[in-house]
Amino acid sequence: MTVRLPRNLHPGAWWLWALGLATAASRTTNPLLLLLIAAAAGLVVVNRRSQAPWTLAFRLYLLLGCCVVTGRVVFRIIFGGGEGEHILFTLPQIPLPAWAAGIRLFGPVAAEQLLGGLYDGLRLATMLICLGAANALANPKRMLKAMPSALYEVGVAVTVALSVAPQLAESVLRVRRARKLRGGAQRGMRALHGIVIPVLEDSLDRSLALAAAMDSRGYGRTGDLPRRIRLLTGALVLAGLSGVCVGVYGVLDATTPRYLGLPMLGTGLLVATAGFVIGGRGVRRTVYRPDRWRPAETLVALCGLGTGALLFLTAEVDAADLYPSLSPLSWPELPLLSAFAVLAGALPAWLAPPPPRSSV
Amino acid sequence: MIEFDAVTVIYPDAAEPVLSGVDLRIGEGELCLVAGPTGSGKSTLLGAVNGLVPHFTGGLLRGRVRVAGRDTRTHRPREFAGHVGVVGQDPLAGFVTDTVEEELAYGMEQLAVPAAVMRKRVEETLDLLGIAELRRRPLRDLSGGQQQRVAIGSVLTAHPRVLVLDEPTSALDPTAAEDVLAAVTRLVHDLGVTVLMAEHRMERVVQYADRMLYLPGDGRVLDGPPTDVLAGGPVLAPPVVELGRLAGWEPLPLSVRDARRRAPALRARLAGRPRPSRPEPGSAAALTARQIVVRYGEIIAVRKVDLDLRVGEVVALMGRNGSGKSSLLWALQGSGRRRHGTVDVTGRDPAELPARKARRLVGLVPQTPSDLLYLNSVAAECAQADRESDARPGSCRALLDRLAPGIDDAVHPRDLSEGQRLALVLAIQLTAAPPVLLLDEPTRGLDYLAKARLSEIVTELAAAGHAVVLATHDVEFVAGTASRVVVMAEGDVVADGPTVEVVVSSPAFAPQVAKVLSPDPWLTVAEVEQALT
Repeated sequence: MTVRLPRNLHPGAWWLWALGLATAASRTTNPLLLLLIAAAAGLVVVNRRSQAPWTLAFRLYLLLGCCVVTGRVVFRIIFGGGEGEHILFTLPQIPLPAWAAGIRLFGPVAAEQLLGGLYDGLRLATMLICLGAANALANPKRMLKAMPSALYEVGVAVTVALSVAPQLAESVLRVRRARKLRGGAQRGMRALHGIVIPVLEDSLDRSLALAAAMDSRGYGRTGDLPRRIRLLTGALVLAGLSGVCVGVYGVLDATTPRYLGLPMLGTGLLVATAGFVIGGRGVRRTVYRPDRWRPAETLVALCGLGTGALLFLTAEVDAADLYPSLSPLSWPELPLLSAFAVLAGALPAWLAPPPPRSSV
Repeated sequence: MIEFDAVTVIYPDAAEPVLSGVDLRIGEGELCLVAGPTGSGKSTLLGAVNGLVPHFTGGLLRGRVRVAGRDTRTHRPREFAGHVGVVGQDPLAGFVTDTVEEELAYGMEQLAVPAAVMRKRVEETLDLLGIAELRRRPLRDLSGGQQQRVAIGSVLTAHPRVLVLDEPTSALDPTAAEDVLAAVTRLVHDLGVTVLMAEHRMERVVQYADRMLYLPGDGRVLDGPPTDVLAGGPVLAPPVVELGRLAGWEPLPLSVRDARRRAPALRARLAGRPRPSRPEPGSAAALTARQIVVRYGEIIAVRKVDLDLRVGEVVALMGRNGSGKSSLLWALQGSGRRRHGTVDVTGRDPAELPARKARRLVGLVPQTPSDLLYLNSVAAECAQADRESDARPGSCRALLDRLAPGIDDAVHPRDLSEGQRLALVLAIQLTAAPPVLLLDEPTRGLDYLAKARLSEIVTELAAAGHAVVLATHDVEFVAGTASRVVVMAEGDVVADGPTVEVVVSSPAFAPQVAKVLSPDPWLTVAEVEQALT
């Protein structure tokens, strides 16, 4: 047994784990299971997040989740359609003209209707919370660095854009303040002119300075691939990614034909990887302090993916518990197997190495 | 190391070549100072070293530039990354990543240096430049001097043999500039790096230079040891050299230490002679500020500052970067943030007036004067200024002709030199005829000639009854221009008094002449010259 030192986990591991949990959440509307999944994700975040500012984003995702649930329920009350027998209360209905037949505003509100909205919203919210957990646990910029080298340029563009945005805001503020020094009496288009021109000039100067700096520091040194290879790379990557999209849709939506699911996902991944490998071969570049994939990464990823896979399987075996019935209205039950599967998803709270305490 | 063979550079639309027939051989481990007036081709010379001129800037380069045996004709700038490190004027504009450590590694990542070597070099460079405690800090939160050192570090990690620095200290306060220059000289002495450095404020650098390239502006390059180049005629020179010329010292002193060794004789000659008196400011108050507080959230930029300006007074506001100078100026003008306190200019508070009226009380020229310019010709800007100030048409143009004669009406403001652009903005602000004028860092990017002209302008304005405040790091400019100095630190005023009293005793703010002739209170070469004749 080796000593486990605090370190940052590979961001890819956290993303795989979170996607696994999200897949699990997409497979059920059982509110008990969904709450359990959200709780598992929350537990891991609380136990293993670092002190960096982006970890606070998790709160935003929780808030967003609440909004989604509320939104769904409110939507069902307004356009409820009055399905279900257990009427809780009746709102005055707003009569609509004949051409809007089929749409009903307000009217009687049934328990089935509310619960349907709640379950649906909860599922979406849980998936969001899973993604939020990944965002809070994995440094988004390390993720960019871990990307295959063919995607490196995208990463650079994102980093530069992220640092340019505050500069732009800064120069807008500066110029606006400076406009006041000249009286700033104009309004409308003329005033805009007085702000836009200096800001644009400023940002152009900055971009040129940045481009010159990047050029003289060796950016894009050996990126000269033959045109044929570039076209091939592009085609492979695009086709592969489209395949992955279709595949993910197939996996998440149980009603699509089976061959659109896992097989499509696999093929898409293969094709895209081939594209990346071919594109990356010509690039000579290294990464400073790369994140390595070690056993802990595999464990974490397996926990999440395992949860997803188990719920995928139980959906075939015993769908009733995963989709609690609304008619007849029944109390949702907690299926044991699925519950254990979700608990496995919470294990990284202890399995993952603790994050380093930043010294700043 | 660097070879220029008959290099001529001409830009499109330019009548004359910027550089013509330049031959240079710069060896290993030389610290080369590149000097000359604005627009004389310093940046072109520096850019030609790694091929940014003409690959990146355009233009036509005749002749041949070779660095470490590679020709810039056949190699692009990116292929020089491992040989030449380039640091621009504004370090922040050249940063690609956002934390110190990643920025140091960026260049090496591009050169495909193995990860283990990268880690080692980053640690070494952090120590070499004394920035180890900043390693995880975001680049934007660093002070100017720290940013400049990180920028130097970020090109050093690629182990270049040549370092090209374009005005590395122009935006820095004297102490931060010392830090950066100390780091650079250490590189030259300990590692034998060849350094090519352009700098307007020669007084900061010339003593460290082994060699000087002076560009007079006609395409030639005067090349030689600094003493020879400076001795050879009408070259703009730092005060200590001017003093040496005046006293007839041979060879010319480059540092305060050299000059001070020769100074006893001069001090004896000066003993008993009266210092030429500066014009006394009037007694009427131009501006009275009480208990000014400026805060940005938790940070208090200005802490209950009182300030009185008298008519005809030139006050220099000094202090390190971030000590609250700009915040105070903006608060006095009224368009900046002010949390607490009152400002009184002829009985009114500019902050309570609309911007249009406030600028008739207090005019402010901000740090980046070009922020005020947005029209496409000098004539249009002047006409707009007349309209904004309800002045007689032509007033702004007349002012401009007094400040900087001979600027063509049709020129685009961006094509003006730094000094001319400053004059234009100054003219625009003066069109409103404010009794109080505030200038934030006016000497940035100005050469000695432009600075001398600015000093004359400021003196004239004061004589005409304006009260002028200059926020600046330029001690030589302050010594020659200001009658009173206010020093700020952490939002407080820590010193306030006549220039001689505040400046002579301060290690950071004393001008070179004061350092040479102390304890006698002489501030500028002009004063000494006047006293001797």
